[in-house]
Amino acid sequence: MLLETRALTANYGQFGALFGVDITVAAGECLAIIGANGAGKSTLMRSITGVIRNEPGMVLHKGEPIGALPSAEILKRGIAMVPEGRRLFASLSVEENLLIGGQARKASGPWSLEAVYDLFPILRERRKNPGTALSGGQQQMVAIGRALMSNPELLLCDEISLGLAPVVIRDIYAALPKVRQSGAAIVLVEQDIGKALAVADRVYCMMEGRVTLVAKPAEVTREEVHSAYFGVAA
Amino acid sequence: MIWLDTLVQGILLGGLYALFAAGLSLVFGIMRLVNLAHGDLIVFAAYLVLMGVTLLGLSPWVAALIAMPAMFALGWLLQAAVLNRVLGKDILPPLLVTFGLSVALQNGLLEAFSADSRRIPVGALEGASLDLGLVTVGVMPLMTFASAIVAIVALNGLFYHTALGRAFRATSDDAVTAGLMGIEPKRVFAVATGIAMVVVTLAALYLGMRANFDPSIGPARLIYAFEAVIIGGLGSLWGTLAGGIIIGVAQAAGAAVNPEWQILAGHIAFLAVMLLKPRGLFPRAVD
Repeated sequence: MLLETRALTANYGQFGALFGVDITVAAGECLAIIGANGAGKSTLMRSITGVIRNEPGMVLHKGEPIGALPSAEILKRGIAMVPEGRRLFASLSVEENLLIGGQARKASGPWSLEAVYDLFPILRERRKNPGTALSGGQQQMVAIGRALMSNPELLLCDEISLGLAPVVIRDIYAALPKVRQSGAAIVLVEQDIGKALAVADRVYCMMEGRVTLVAKPAEVTREEVHSAYFGVAA
Repeated sequence: MIWLDTLVQGILLGGLYALFAAGLSLVFGIMRLVNLAHGDLIVFAAYLVLMGVTLLGLSPWVAALIAMPAMFALGWLLQAAVLNRVLGKDILPPLLVTFGLSVALQNGLLEAFSADSRRIPVGALEGASLDLGLVTVGVMPLMTFASAIVAIVALNGLFYHTALGRAFRATSDDAVTAGLMGIEPKRVFAVATGIAMVVVTLAALYLGMRANFDPSIGPARLIYAFEAVIIGGLGSLWGTLAGGIIIGVAQAAGAAVNPEWQILAGHIAFLAVMLLKPRGLFPRAVD
């Protein structure tokens, strides 16, 4: 298994955010994690990427415990993150934001500056601009490109459609099949149920820090998702 | 003509202050750390160069070249072993630790070298001057200023045109997200402090060659450096040079009116800039 969490718990001080979360991601798979605000999706991402440290055995990468490793070590193992809110570096140009994504992990793979520019051609035109001077959608493209620059085996995308216009979301999602073709597994954290079900191989639904549903999109009914998402039947 | 001479001497003096301040500016720009021991570290490096000259018989330039990697290692260790442990949201712990380090350094130097003032011998260069027609300038102040320019060009090149510089700026912007990019902020901070100590050694070389020094003069150098950084705008290296020049010119002008006003005039210039531009002339940092 490429990535696995086992009985993962996380707390913010005395406030518990995750209560025994088990997920698995196979190589090349596209997984969606859906849930309402406060369900624990972002905390799960922060736990996997070492922003929140856990017991070592709560997160496994190819069977090895990585739960207590710092973020930099997680990235070097091939797990890259597109963080919620993009979080581009304000002092860096678009191109520098992309370059820094591939700076620490020198892995061979399909992604390079040119490959990212081919994926999002608008970034080639804007490459000298400050990253934060771009529109929200273009910033999201930079954030995705920045994560791809490390040629990851697993790409974690936290709320990549949040706050973007539908037409922009369509463009961003149009890039995901190309990312999958490159061999990377994808974990999409989404509030948009429709978007998530359309692209994912499997979907996890979370509510109040727990997984409430695991299913393949084709095999799950709208009512089941609704119930797992909101805690009440549609 | 006297005023032109005063202006030129002040600008050249500003080069020395910029050298004092460049390392401080670099460290503050990257990790928002105010190192209160910065002046004492300059004095420490000056003694290191002096030992190379007096004990090993080296020229000051060679002694400084040898001291630079040693000071880099000291800076790296200081950051990795001590300062990284106290960096965080609260700005008080690093201030207290570097204040303690300042006191310890002063007393350590006092024990090792006594309170006698010393000077790095440079021979004929000390009094050498160039006649530029309208004004005559000392070779040593000219070299100091040129070194400040070279140091700032080099630091800017490092900061804006290398992978390490990208890591510096990214970590300064957002250390958590830099971690997600595989950058280890604590390692970046240690390298930055090491580089700052190389610049400190250059500043120490000119400090020791131009004037007498003793273990107690560090805090005053810190204040000049700090004023230059604040005038220039936090985190801007060219701003730091401008800040150094403003203090230097103000001091030279004050001294031209009345020698007792030299130091005071520099501080008044600092206060005046703070009144007019509270964030400094060329602020880079947002906070």
